[in-house]
Amino acid sequence: MDDALRNELSRQGVFTTSLEELYNWGRKNSLWPLSFGLACCAIEMMAASMARWDLARFGAEVFRPSPRQADLMIVAGTVTKKMAPQVVRLYNQMPEPKYVIAMGACAISGGPFKQGYNVLKGIDRYIPVDVHIPGCPPRPEALLHALITLQEKIDAQALTGERRPRHLVPDAPSEFPVPQYGEHDLEPSRNSDLWRPPRVDSESGIPHAEKVA
Amino acid sequence: MEALESIKSRIEAAIPGSKLTIVADTGSAAQHSLWVDSGHGREVAAVLRDDPQLRLDYASNVTGVDWLDKVMKETVKTKQVIEGVDREIQQTIETKHPGYLEVVYHLYSMELKHGPLIIRLRTDNRSDQVRLPSLTPIWRGAEFQEREIYDLFGIVFEGHPDLRRILMWDGFKDHPMRKDYIEPDDYEYEPTAHDEIAEKAARHQK
Repeated sequence: MDDALRNELSRQGVFTTSLEELYNWGRKNSLWPLSFGLACCAIEMMAASMARWDLARFGAEVFRPSPRQADLMIVAGTVTKKMAPQVVRLYNQMPEPKYVIAMGACAISGGPFKQGYNVLKGIDRYIPVDVHIPGCPPRPEALLHALITLQEKIDAQALTGERRPRHLVPDAPSEFPVPQYGEHDLEPSRNSDLWRPPRVDSESGIPHAEKVA
Repeated sequence: MEALESIKSRIEAAIPGSKLTIVADTGSAAQHSLWVDSGHGREVAAVLRDDPQLRLDYASNVTGVDWLDKVMKETVKTKQVIEGVDREIQQTIETKHPGYLEVVYHLYSMELKHGPLIIRLRTDNRSDQVRLPSLTPIWRGAEFQEREIYDLFGIVFEGHPDLRRILMWDGFKDHPMRKDYIEPDDYEYEPTAHDEIAEKAARHQK
């Protein structure tokens, strides 16, 4: 059905939709975040869920204390290496379809603690991240923006074909290896299927723009 | 509070065999401290807590310090007679100071409202003689701080009620606050790398 016909029908009071639109509409407006925070970003996350910013306006107010009932993980705060296996394990325990928002500088790269020995340099080394929000910490508006961005991403997903989301691909993994505590560092120090360091220009030290799959 | 010299002589008289040394602070803060020999650490601490004039009942802060081996160079001018002529010769004398690990306790008295008195305990070296008496039986509040020092510096506190790592996981082998600690090489890139961070990142590109 083309858009012109559809507009005409809706003007006459006939509402038409497709299964794909209905399915995505349902998914995107009822995201249940996992109720867990790691550091100061979590305070902003709480503020976003309370009366002043009211995350409920976007259908994501049902913070669940159990990963089994949640489908959105907001990694809000510094992920220490001691905490990283637990974060990955919580992600593994969430049912598909599931999404991850990496909130704040620490969760996306290690942030101000990046040069330390004990901080994970970005949670995307172990689990796939859908939306990254910069900020230290990001304001609640930024978290709302991330949620809206995630909703747009869900809305644009096709249910069939090559570009269908991971939870509709039977072979795609829904669990990711949990890193082990090693003698000097986490083992492995990253999931190479998910994350590889960008190529850095050896002269300037600036990363190339090319995207590493 | 009583002068450090008088505390030192009183304690040395009270505990036979104990040896206290005043470590002078040449900076403007002039916070001089007492280096207590590790063999009598616990007894000295008990006296500091219970002595009616001191009553240091509160250990506010426990810190670890890592002192590396160091070589001090000193230039000395000596006069020597060479071939019948007096000559002044410059000589460089190298003295080696072996490194050690140190714990520093900042003590206050809640009762008498004075402090801080700073005491230090030093290990014999940085490798195998790293045992010191725990002062947790004297000041209960030192427990977690001594655990942290054990975790990050590797000083073993004898008589500690629960000596486990507190920040890093069990099975972690290193002591990250030691000056010769080599951190894991997981620093692959930095968006705006510079100096040693650019070098670190460049090593990963090979």
